[in-house]
Amino acid sequence: MNHFFTVEGILYFGAISLSIIGLFGLLVSKNLFRLLLSLVLFEAGANLVLVLSGFIRNGIAPIFLDGNSGAVMNDPVPQALVLTAIVIGVGVQALALSLIFRVKKHYGSMDMRTIRSKLEREIAENAGVTPPGSNEAPAPVKLIEGENS
Amino acid sequence: MTKYSALLFISGLVFLLMVITGLLPIFSDSHTPMLVGKAILEGAKDQVGAANVVTSVVLGYRGLDTLGELSILFAAASVVGLVLTKSSFNKAASANNDKHDHHDSGFVAVNAIDLIFPLLLVVGMYIITHGHLTPGGGFQGGVVLAVAFSMLVIVRPRRASINHGMVSIIESFAGVSFILIGVIALFKGQSFLQPLLSHGEFGSLWSAGTLPLLYLAVGLKVGAELAGLLLALNSDEVVD
Repeated sequence: MNHFFTVEGILYFGAISLSIIGLFGLLVSKNLFRLLLSLVLFEAGANLVLVLSGFIRNGIAPIFLDGNSGAVMNDPVPQALVLTAIVIGVGVQALALSLIFRVKKHYGSMDMRTIRSKLEREIAENAGVTPPGSNEAPAPVKLIEGENS
Repeated sequence: MTKYSALLFISGLVFLLMVITGLLPIFSDSHTPMLVGKAILEGAKDQVGAANVVTSVVLGYRGLDTLGELSILFAAASVVGLVLTKSSFNKAASANNDKHDHHDSGFVAVNAIDLIFPLLLVVGMYIITHGHLTPGGGFQGGVVLAVAFSMLVIVRPRRASINHGMVSIIESFAGVSFILIGVIALFKGQSFLQPLLSHGEFGSLWSAGTLPLLYLAVGLKVGAELAGLLLALNSDEVVD
């Protein structure tokens, strides 16, 4: 148990906690933008765990300088892998953000429950049936004027 | 109810991860780099000739992977541009939006950006060109360049604008030259993206063969793509 009071233990604890916070946010949040932020946190934690797997106590950065010929260096492979992961993460986040923009503009909301109810009404309207679970609801109206033409 | 079940799941996962972490062989002083890392640390100095071993891995040992990474970034940037294009979808919104929200930012922001814009360019280019010697490289320097250009547009939404044709020309040129350097190695009878040219004097700016050229291409490409991405997101926000 005294593992967790070493430098590595504390760093691993922080990284795992970060990804756990992100996972919890992914599970409980209903807002699309908060889901994206949780994904960012999760990814940051996962990247930290990956970098840490190449961590060596008293190791130096893997760069050859004049004075450090004999020193132990950290593992360069996880660092290069994480560089890739970060860049791809930025691409994924930007893509998700742009899709959230479109959803917000179309449904006027980022709450998943609102979006789901509007989506079900839209599908029922286009199929020509009454929306599920609303026998007494008024006839479906067009949600946003002039868009479905 | 969802919250409580999520909490239960999470606490179980935390326990599992902590136990696994405790069993890892990382908590001893004799812990050394893994097999691949050790081999690369021993051989990179002679095989690639770059002082920064991470650069040797990114562009030398795993150059093909970096090419795939660039194409993923390219795909993401293209799709963001496609999704956020001003189509008939939001033309009506942009028509009655020209009256407001296009003011410059305040005096402080505009002058501060004017002041630090050349410095950001210098820092970005420095980080890109010294990627094989110091921490940093094409991806990091490219992000600095992208931030410099997009800040210029964000503080002055009306006047300053980036020539999109120029951006795509730079981007395509960088991508093509990256692949071309890889193909030239094929013609020399080596594998794709094998570092060429002489290693030069170790630790100087002109060393490590084609690695600085590759990183320059990566930096320009990442800078152009991220600038386009930031501008697409920003312009949509103004239109909304």
